Amino acid sequence: MPERPGLLALAPAVTLGLIALPVLAGLAGTILPGLGLAPALGGTRLDLAPWAALLATPGLWRSAALSLGTGLAATVVSLALTTLILAAWHGTRPFRLIERALSPLLSVPHAAAAFGLAFLIAPSGWAVRAVSPWATGWQTPPDWLLPGDPLGLSLIAGLAAKEVPFLLLMSLAALPQADAARARRAALTLGYGPSTAWLKAVFPRIYPQIRLPVFAVLAFSLANVETALILGPSTPATLAVRLTQWMRDPDLALWLKAAAGATLQLGLVLAALALWRLAEAAATRLGRAWITRGTRHPRDRLPRAAGALAAALATLPMLAGLASLAVWSVAGLWSFPDALPASLTLRAWSRAAPELAGAALTTLGIAAGATALSLALVLACLENATRRGRGAGRALLALLYLPLVVPQVAFLFGLQILGLMAGLDGGPLAVTLAHTVFVLPYVYLSLAEPWAALDPRLAAAAATLGAPPGRIFRRVRLPMMLRPILTAAAVGLAVSIGLYLPTLLIGAGRVATLTTEAVALASGGDRRLIGTWALVQAALPFAGFALALGLPALLWRNRRAMRPAR
Amino acid sequence: MNAPPSRHEAGLTFEEVRILRAGVPLLELDAHIPPGEILTVMGPSGAGKSTLLAFATGTLDPAFTARGRLWLDGAEITHRPPQTRRIGMLFQDDVLFPHLSVAGNLAFGLSAGIRGRAARRARIEAALSEAGLAGFGPRDPATLSGGQRTRVALLRTLLAEPRALALDEPFSRLDASRRARTRDFVFSHARARGLPMLLVTHDAEDAMAAGGPTILLGG
Repeated sequence: MPERPGLLALAPAVTLGLIALPVLAGLAGTILPGLGLAPALGGTRLDLAPWAALLATPGLWRSAALSLGTGLAATVVSLALTTLILAAWHGTRPFRLIERALSPLLSVPHAAAAFGLAFLIAPSGWAVRAVSPWATGWQTPPDWLLPGDPLGLSLIAGLAAKEVPFLLLMSLAALPQADAARARRAALTLGYGPSTAWLKAVFPRIYPQIRLPVFAVLAFSLANVETALILGPSTPATLAVRLTQWMRDPDLALWLKAAAGATLQLGLVLAALALWRLAEAAATRLGRAWITRGTRHPRDRLPRAAGALAAALATLPMLAGLASLAVWSVAGLWSFPDALPASLTLRAWSRAAPELAGAALTTLGIAAGATALSLALVLACLENATRRGRGAGRALLALLYLPLVVPQVAFLFGLQILGLMAGLDGGPLAVTLAHTVFVLPYVYLSLAEPWAALDPRLAAAAATLGAPPGRIFRRVRLPMMLRPILTAAAVGLAVSIGLYLPTLLIGAGRVATLTTEAVALASGGDRRLIGTWALVQAALPFAGFALALGLPALLWRNRRAMRPAR
Repeated sequence: MNAPPSRHEAGLTFEEVRILRAGVPLLELDAHIPPGEILTVMGPSGAGKSTLLAFATGTLDPAFTARGRLWLDGAEITHRPPQTRRIGMLFQDDVLFPHLSVAGNLAFGLSAGIRGRAARRARIEAALSEAGLAGFGPRDPATLSGGQRTRVALLRTLLAEPRALALDEPFSRLDASRRARTRDFVFSHARARGLPMLLVTHDAEDAMAAGGPTILLGG
């Protein structure tokens, strides 16, 4: 039915603008100063000096190669682990365990996960302590460079630990559309082993649907700052880490060099995406040959075991790392190679408490603001699409990935410069708006599917009972969507709480959140203090997910049909 | 349909209605349903039975285009939005709102003209006991039997005070013993209110019980 076009009809345009404009403006604000075109910084004509300075930087190409290598490797590892887990275990009983663990794992901020992993694999970390001295004979920590190994292996591990849960979640969302259950059953009845059936009949249909998330993983892995700062090598560091250091320098010349470097970072990501597309084409040819060969592997035992190993690799280090954060935060004297501290103390906590509380409040305020704005816009977009009787266009979906695929350093720096030119001072409000650019896509992705799955007859029934569209939205769709809405809110909060670079750059270093403060502690090396900060940073999003699960269970305890299907 | 449709009389009138999908004609209907009578529409799947109901209730998918006019009690309602047409609908599944209690579902349907919590609750309780469901108000709809759910759905529809009823195979999910009883319940309640009914069904027994004329679509 035709509706009066109201504010609702503007929602998609506002949403798109909010996402695309900062990215595009920020890119311009990055690329142009790199070419000397920055009126606010005194440059008005084309000048390649910033680029010359950049190219003359020692170790530049090593940093670039490190970024490219770790980014591609982390993406390959994440995708491989995800595929193995799904191929081996999808549709089995243990898989439900993995599904339940997904949201909490996904909620762990990158920085906290990286710290946990660092604590685990360090020479005096839990992994070594667990096998010393009885197995290794070591009485002093071994002399190895972990984390921070020059090849970036620990960085790759830290990235993969965070990206596997994300890719798993995106794949699970794609499975119903790919008609996965029937395809797999058909292959099974043709004599294929369970994992082979999945790989040959389901994966080719899943991959096109998770391609954009894979691109987002690639772009993030290649250009992220906080994980690389904590786990990556330092001589030299990855390109993004070095850029961030330059951007925070008071020296203007370094800024222009950073602008050129951010443009190079953008080029690296684009090159990696192009490389990935080429590899996709090759993999498709090889895969098709493998699929049509007809080999059935009816008892494919190896992939099952490999899948179990993959699931263990994707979950256990992160959990052990978080536990070791907790232990360190209350550790008194803890000498090597004891597996546990000799005494426990709350000294680190009482020392950190005042600053922790302040930062936690700031963090929550920004996260709540960005999430509320995102939810309002996303709900308006979805409701608008429903009333107009069509889904969101593919263009909107693709554009949603823009802030996730364009490297953060490449446009946030430009936004910062533009802000300076406009005389805007980066405060909590500016940071909240910047966070919305990253929060909104995730809120949309997590809400769009449950929204589309809502039985349209419920709205039709309400309409034939005389309910106008506004009432249908408030009384039928909104309450029925309570669980997905709360989950989307928890996702939004988790994303915002974990954001490092947007807070650092847009806040001009003056907005102190749990994430910026925790990452700043990395260089200090006070494990007890890091333990407290990283733990609180991980606890907040987790609490959000717990609420999102618990509240509907409480509200709908007398409504059987409102319980989750699985 | 021998007599020409009488659009100015009481009842539901389809005046030279043609529904097209992507420009291809799907169905045509020219009929008048007097108050308390049932027009039964039968036909194989895909013949457009549900589309006809969607046209009647104003929830036609934009993929279809409709020509012709729809009249209810002498007023044209072709272009009215569903919420102001006053054509109630019973679905194949009951489509009760799973997040509301039985009483909550009925309150959703109950006309806002009945004011005050006590008055509304009394009206709902009365409807429930009339339907042999006294005391079911606080229940979760998911815990009801199929026949009970269909009765609640009808109560919800009737409490909205519709002037006509569209029935989309509302009995097809019920087992044989409940089926006849629930059908009689629905038909008698709707007849008592003088509602014209458009019944879509697969089942010849439904058509017989309806007693009115039957149209075969796509035959």
